[in-house]
Amino acid sequence: MADTGVDSGTFAGEYEAGFGDYFALLKPRVMSLVVFTAMVGLLVAPVGVHPMIGFASILFIALGAGASGALNMWWDADIDAAMRRTAKRPVPSGRVEAGEALAIGVALSVLATVMLALAANWVAAGLLGFTIFFYAVIYTMWLKRWTPQNIVIGGAAGAFPPMIGWAVATGGVSLESALMFALIFMWTPPHFWALALFMKSDYDDAGVPMLTVTHGRKVTRTHILAYTALLAPLAVWLGLTSIGGPVYLVVAIAMNAWFVKGAIEIWRRDEVRAEADKYRTEKAFFRFSLWYLFLHFGALLVDATLRMGGVI
Amino acid sequence: MALRAEHEIHGRRKSRNVGVGIALAVLIAIVFGLTVVKVQQLGAVQGFDHVVRPELIEAAE
Repeated sequence: MADTGVDSGTFAGEYEAGFGDYFALLKPRVMSLVVFTAMVGLLVAPVGVHPMIGFASILFIALGAGASGALNMWWDADIDAAMRRTAKRPVPSGRVEAGEALAIGVALSVLATVMLALAANWVAAGLLGFTIFFYAVIYTMWLKRWTPQNIVIGGAAGAFPPMIGWAVATGGVSLESALMFALIFMWTPPHFWALALFMKSDYDDAGVPMLTVTHGRKVTRTHILAYTALLAPLAVWLGLTSIGGPVYLVVAIAMNAWFVKGAIEIWRRDEVRAEADKYRTEKAFFRFSLWYLFLHFGALLVDATLRMGGVI
Repeated sequence: MALRAEHEIHGRRKSRNVGVGIALAVLIAIVFGLTVVKVQQLGAVQGFDHVVRPELIEAAE
């Protein structure tokens, strides 16, 4: 069949990727969350940094996150192709070759880590390097296809950016940065499991061991409640540290009360009820979880601004 | 069939070249900016520049 010259490989070879295709490898939407949380980590730290160093550091943290996204797309091209949500990504759709994604991922990882070390310090660079390794190797290559706790462990990679931002300013790790890490780490499982409850076919088709598939949907609902209940005190505790303030405390108490209430509702529902109203509660919980993280970190920023202005 | 001077592939190549060019220019600007800031943070810097400067020797002692 090779002599016909019209197989899909021929067309794939003819396609030349544009800049946007390579940029898409870096998962820009994930990068925007990384930029925001790392920026908050940096700005709420008790030590000031020069704006140029702060700006460059955030950029290199974002670049490192993008690099780990490219490595993820290189390794996961097979399962990305099987999922509706990810089938149009550059590698599974044939716009970028897997080898290119690997080369870009490795090159940008090294560049981002070394440049962060030069711009800020080696603690921040070490944390960034570890985050890339954790996401690309521990999560993507090892645990994602092996354990239904993949989301829990993968969440750690997304939780590091505020800790790195804090390290850029302070050169170390502290209770405050550990709690910012814990906030994202504990938030990730309920956020993704709520998504998995109403996007079930995607993960099933790809053969990724999501909790919904391996342990059933009832167990997943219980896990959402358990993680949400553990998340709430951690979120409020952050408000009692040196970076907390009245705005954050009000936001944290109000949002966590709603989040726990939503998790209880999800836990009490069964599939019959969920199917009947097309997963309305699960979808509302997922949408709220997006605001949850944004408003918690936004409130930290507001309190830091008020503190700087001498208001609190 | 008339030959098209501009194929769609040229547009993609151009976007790639322009994108890489801008990315490199940004990197150069950042490295330059960081260098300026880092050097400024060192404070006053001086050394022996073909001429012996007694104040440096005293400072060393």
